Amino acid sequence: MNGASGELRRVEDTLANLPAPVRLILFIQTFECDTCPAARRILNEVARLSPQITVDEYNLVLDREKASEFGIERVPALAFVGKADTGIRFYGVPEGYELASLIDAIRLTAAGQADLLPESQALVASVDRPMHVQVFVTPT
Amino acid sequence: MSLALRMAIANPNIKVSIVEATEFPELVRRYQISGVPKTVVDDRVEILGALPEEMFVPQVVQAASDA
Repeated sequence: MNGASGELRRVEDTLANLPAPVRLILFIQTFECDTCPAARRILNEVARLSPQITVDEYNLVLDREKASEFGIERVPALAFVGKADTGIRFYGVPEGYELASLIDAIRLTAAGQADLLPESQALVASVDRPMHVQVFVTPT
Repeated sequence: MSLALRMAIANPNIKVSIVEATEFPELVRRYQISGVPKTVVDDRVEILGALPEEMFVPQVVQAASDA
């Protein structure tokens, strides 16, 4: 119980100090998506913790233009938009350990700064063509 | 995966998708995911496990230059 409330406190502290607005673009669909309601619930709970966070919800089936704009093909999906689209997407329900990743992505989106080591920063800046990095994770 | 997120923030050419594996079995099959975390760069290059920054970032960037 203490662990869970400690985690919640860290989440609240991080979200209470966001330096800039973050838009979370959630894509769901009404049918054949068992996990979409859970994704929506978690996002709305997180958004309540900061006035800087807004959640825009779209339906993958009905809002095809929006899905295409963000390159979304499966749900639940989440796109992170700060001053511009960050190119970060989450697929699935961000719960368990993945909740920490969600908060991290929100914090980075608001900050707009990567905080990489200087040598990493230079390497990353050298990527001059589109690149897609997929990271497979599990919540437990 | 925080490192991958940071790379996306640092360079708009880099798109990063975090995929909850158990919810997307078709992707698990396609990319032959048998353990996590597993990073797949441009559908071709695989990085297994959680690596420190000084190893992860060069491996991902190297994947881009090998294309």
